[in-house]
Amino acid sequence: MKPALAWLTGAAALAIAVAAPLFLETHHIHILIQILLFAYVSYCWNILGGFAGQLSFGHGLFMAVGAYTSTLLLLKLGISPWLGMIAGGLLAAALGLFIGFLSFRYGIKGTYFSLVTLAFTEIARIVALNTEAIGGAMGLYIPIKTNDFLQLKFVEKAHYYYLMLGFLLLVMAVTAWLGRSKTGHRLVAIRENEDAAQALGINLLRYKLFATALSAFLTAMGGTLYAHYVTFIDPNTLLNMSMALEITIYAIVGGVGTLFGPLLGAAFLVPIAETIRASLGKSYAGIHLVVYGAVLMAVILFARDGLIGLIKSRRFPGFGAGRRTPDEAVEERAK
Amino acid sequence: MNSDLILQALVTGVLLGGVYSLISVGLTLTFGVMRIINFAHGEFLMVAMYATFFFSQYFATEPYVAVVIVLPGLFLFGAIVFQVFVRPILGAEPLNQMLLLVGLSLILQNGALALFSADTRTVKSALSMSKFEFGEVVVGVPNLIAFLVAVAITLGLYWALKYTELGRRIRAAAADREAAALMGINVNRVNLIAFGIGAGCLGIAGPIMTPVFYVVPNIGTFFILMAFVIVVLGGIGNFMGAMLAAFVVAIAESIGALFMPGSTAPVLPFVLFILVLLFRPQGLFAGSAQ
Repeated sequence: MKPALAWLTGAAALAIAVAAPLFLETHHIHILIQILLFAYVSYCWNILGGFAGQLSFGHGLFMAVGAYTSTLLLLKLGISPWLGMIAGGLLAAALGLFIGFLSFRYGIKGTYFSLVTLAFTEIARIVALNTEAIGGAMGLYIPIKTNDFLQLKFVEKAHYYYLMLGFLLLVMAVTAWLGRSKTGHRLVAIRENEDAAQALGINLLRYKLFATALSAFLTAMGGTLYAHYVTFIDPNTLLNMSMALEITIYAIVGGVGTLFGPLLGAAFLVPIAETIRASLGKSYAGIHLVVYGAVLMAVILFARDGLIGLIKSRRFPGFGAGRRTPDEAVEERAK
Repeated sequence: MNSDLILQALVTGVLLGGVYSLISVGLTLTFGVMRIINFAHGEFLMVAMYATFFFSQYFATEPYVAVVIVLPGLFLFGAIVFQVFVRPILGAEPLNQMLLLVGLSLILQNGALALFSADTRTVKSALSMSKFEFGEVVVGVPNLIAFLVAVAITLGLYWALKYTELGRRIRAAAADREAAALMGINVNRVNLIAFGIGAGCLGIAGPIMTPVFYVVPNIGTFFILMAFVIVVLGGIGNFMGAMLAAFVVAIAESIGALFMPGSTAPVLPFVLFILVLLFRPQGLFAGSAQ
C-alpha cells in the first residue's frame, strides 16, 4: 500500500473503532474491551519478547505489580490510579531491570530466561498468597459506584472501551517507533544473532535492559487498567502461569515483532475465549486454553510468522507492504 | 524447635525427594538427548495419574496394579507425541520447540479440566492408612513404597544408561548428535526411545503417586516447575545431578516449612534455582558423574 492509502485506511479503521460502541450491545463491548486490553499487554510483551527476542513468561508478574500497586495506593491512601499507574510502572520497570540484570549479566538467555521469569512469577504468587496485607488469597476488590475519571472508575463499559483504545494506540505508536528507530533495529539484531550484534558494537546488556524496563513499565500500566475494569485482583489469576502464557500467545499467534500482530492475535482468540466462557460458565474457566494451545501448536508447526505472515504471503500480497517489519528493516539495512 | 519435628521433616523430605527424582530424570533425559525442554512433562504425569485413577476404579484394584497399563501407555503416548509434534521441529529454534510443548501442555491440562472438572480425586489403596512409627517419626507406607520404587527405577535407569548398548547409544547421541549418527547410530530412533523413556518414568510415577497425592487437572504445573528447578540445579542433562538435586529441593522444602511463615516454604526451591542460575549455571553437581 502507498503511504497515503495506508494513512487513509488507518483513519477509517480508527473512525470505525471510535464509533463502534454506539452501535453495540454491552456484551459485545465487553468482548472488544477484552481484545483491546489483552492486545495492549501483548504489545508490551512484544517489545521484549518480539523485538529483543527474550521470551518472557513473567509478564503476568509485571501486570500484577501494576495492578497491586495502584489498587493498594487507591484503597489505603486514596491516591488516584493515574498516579498509581505510574508508580506501578516504575516499580515494575525496576523489578524488570533487576530480573534482567541478574539474567543478562550472566548470559542467561533463550529458554533459561523464560524459566527464570517463570520462577520469579511463582515466587511472587506464593508470597502474595501468604501476605494478608495485600489481600492474600482473597485478593483485592475495587468498589465502583459512580463515574470518576480521576479515580479511573466508570459505570458504563463504553468509557472503559475508549480508555483501552487510547492505551492501545499509545503502545502501537511505541511499537511503530521501535520498528523504525535505531533502537528497535538494534533489538532485532540482538534477537537474530547476539554474537553478530555484539561484534557490530551493540551493547547487549544495555539494549536488553532497555527493552525489559520499557516492556515492564507499559505492562504494569495494563495491570492497573485490568484491575479497574475487572474490579478484582488476586494472586491465583494474575500470577498464574496461564496468564503469562496467554499474554505471550496473542503476540505469537498474531505475528511476533510486528506492528499489527498482537492486535490480530487478540482479535482472533479473545472472542473464542469469551464465547466459550459465556456458554460454559465459570466452572470451566480455562477451557479456552485448549483452543489457545491448539492454535499455538498449529502456528509453530505450520505458520511461524503468525496470522500476519499468512495474510501477507497468501491472501493479500500487497497488504502491509508500505510498512517495514523489523525483519525487513534489518534485511534492507544489510543490503 | 523440637528435634523430632526436624527429624520428621527430614524423613518427609527424603521420601518426597525420591518421587521428585523419578519425575526429574525423565525431563533431564529428554533434554540431554534432544536439547528440548518438555514443557508438557507435568501434564504427562497428570495423564498417568488420571489413567491410574480410572484403571483402579474400573477394575476395583490396587492403584499399583495400574502400572501394567499406565507404563506402556505412557511410553507409547510419549513416542506418539515425539513422532507427531516434536520430530518435525527438532531443527527449529529452542524457543519454538518450547512453545510447541507449551501448547500441548495447555491442551492436556485444560482438556483434563473440561473432561474431569477441577474436583480433587483420591485413589484408595489398602495400604493408605498403614504407617510405620519410629519413636515420634511417622512414615506412611504408601509414601515409603513411592520412595523405594522411585529410587529403584531411577538407579536402574542410571545403570541402564551406563552399561547397556541402548544406554551407550543414548549417551552418544546426547554427547554429539552428528558424531553419533556418523558412528551408525540411528539418532532418530534414539530420540524416540529417549522421549518414550522420559514419559515412561511418569508411567511409573503415576501409579505410585496417586495413593499419596490428590489427582487434579493442574497437578502437572506444580511438578513441572519443581522438575525445571531440579533439572537446572542438577545441571541440565545430568542424570545423577538431577537425582541428587531432587533430594536437595525436597529436603529444603520440608525443612523450610518448619521455619518459614505461613505456607511460603515452596519459594525456597525457586530462590535456590535463581541463585544457582546466577552463580553456578552448570548446576550444583557439575563435574560429578555424567
